[in-house]
Amino acid sequence: MRHLSPQAAISGIGELKPIRKTEGVTTLELLMQVSALALKDAGIGPDQVDGLLVGPQVGETPQHVPATVAEYFGLQPTMSNVVDLGGASGPGMIWRAAAAIAAGQCETVLCVLGNHRNTPAPRSPNRNPAREFDPPFGASGANTSYALLMQAHMATYGCSAEDYAMIAAGSRSNAQANPDAIFFGQPAGVDDVLASPIVTSPLHLFEIVMPVAGGDAVVVTTTEKAKAAPHRPVHLLGAGEKITHRIVSQAPSLTSGPLKEAIQKALFQSGLTIEFIDFLSFYDCYTIMVAATIEDAGLCTPGQFGAWLRENGGMGPNARQPINTHGGQLGFGQPDLAGGMTHVVEAVRQIRGNTSGRQIPSCNTALITGNGATMSEAVALVFGGAS
Amino acid sequence: MKDLSDLEVPGPTKTSLTAPFWDNAAKGRLVIQKCDDCSRHFFYPRPLCPSCWSPEVRWSEVSGLGRLQSFSEIWKPGHPGWISATPFLVGLVKLEEGPTLLSHIFADSNQVSVGDHLVFVPHNIGGQILPCFKKSEFKEETP
Repeated sequence: MRHLSPQAAISGIGELKPIRKTEGVTTLELLMQVSALALKDAGIGPDQVDGLLVGPQVGETPQHVPATVAEYFGLQPTMSNVVDLGGASGPGMIWRAAAAIAAGQCETVLCVLGNHRNTPAPRSPNRNPAREFDPPFGASGANTSYALLMQAHMATYGCSAEDYAMIAAGSRSNAQANPDAIFFGQPAGVDDVLASPIVTSPLHLFEIVMPVAGGDAVVVTTTEKAKAAPHRPVHLLGAGEKITHRIVSQAPSLTSGPLKEAIQKALFQSGLTIEFIDFLSFYDCYTIMVAATIEDAGLCTPGQFGAWLRENGGMGPNARQPINTHGGQLGFGQPDLAGGMTHVVEAVRQIRGNTSGRQIPSCNTALITGNGATMSEAVALVFGGAS
Repeated sequence: MKDLSDLEVPGPTKTSLTAPFWDNAAKGRLVIQKCDDCSRHFFYPRPLCPSCWSPEVRWSEVSGLGRLQSFSEIWKPGHPGWISATPFLVGLVKLEEGPTLLSHIFADSNQVSVGDHLVFVPHNIGGQILPCFKKSEFKEETP
């Protein structure tokens, strides 16, 4: 491992307002719309884009995804690929874009994720151990996997249901300052979270993200080119990645995940330590994910996330270290794989200092996490604002 | 134990490699793979040992005893075929021999805790006998 000097910066971001349902919309349409927002934000035209990173597109484009997207967009990139790390795909794109730029293969990379919510939802069933060894026993889907992780965490450390519910309540509270959030206008306190129905014990409904349609796009370019962009460039200071397993029975630990190592590496590369990070943009498919990430980031000892959150003053923009000011996915909604990219986009907004009604007073650094599958695919990024 | 034989739910997608696990379980024998080179048991089945990549792997009957690493009571199942069986328990079972597998757990949800002793019990789910677990009568000695 080595310290990095920043070689890449984020010059553009785009995000679609999430919606619960769509009708007759294609993923490609949404990807193009959100990409246009990001290019406009970066102050560039499509002729400037020579790199393209996309996600898997279940039910629509199972193969040749980059070529399909490039052709649709009218691009002819010199570097393109699919990043397939579940909720870590978005952050995983950012360092891959920087690496491709550093390798001299391209200069400006468009990273884009999005999805529709047409009925019926597209499905692409597994034909692998994730299909063979869990569903026959009644365990299908992420709700069961994260319930198992949460129950183990509770049993190991004795954390209370209120501790985890604070994360859902804090996310809902932050969403009240983001008019785009799916739960804007719908706050929920700890009591409301605990009064919501149990889906898979110990998880309550309000501790689980709401699936939505949406999209997020990010433009990564050279630090030099980013200087010409309309907004303050946001430098990639460090990155870390780790994949440990796919199905929850194979997890090396049920209470700590691969983000621990990914965060350590990202912080090391940045030369920063966790207490100097102004904004924590933590992947939050479930409350337990934020709890485990607070602990894996070294903000407190294992099992102490609840006490830490109370000392931190909650999660809002005026907390000691604010968390997920856009509402997190628990408050904003989860536009499938783009959900992980919302944490990247909000970190860029905060470092630029141009959020509306939820700006962190002084924000120059951010730690972004992405998480996929069963707390098993992890990417961490450290961002810093250009001085 | 609840009668689950009439459920219309996804069964195991057996392959020729994994068939001995399912077929033996249906006959009441819990059989997983063991590596002859590094002596580790492992689960799920693979052509090589996932620890040392040795091809010297063989099927080995295990005790059927394990501990509950975690569990969840499912009120809203991911597959609609399970709705009529709700609520039910699934859990992670750490076998005495080392590996962990996910299974259906038969226990009173008010009486179940992480760390409970479990024992293998073959049970009919959706017309197939699958390797499930129930709480064992074994009582841990108080130190």
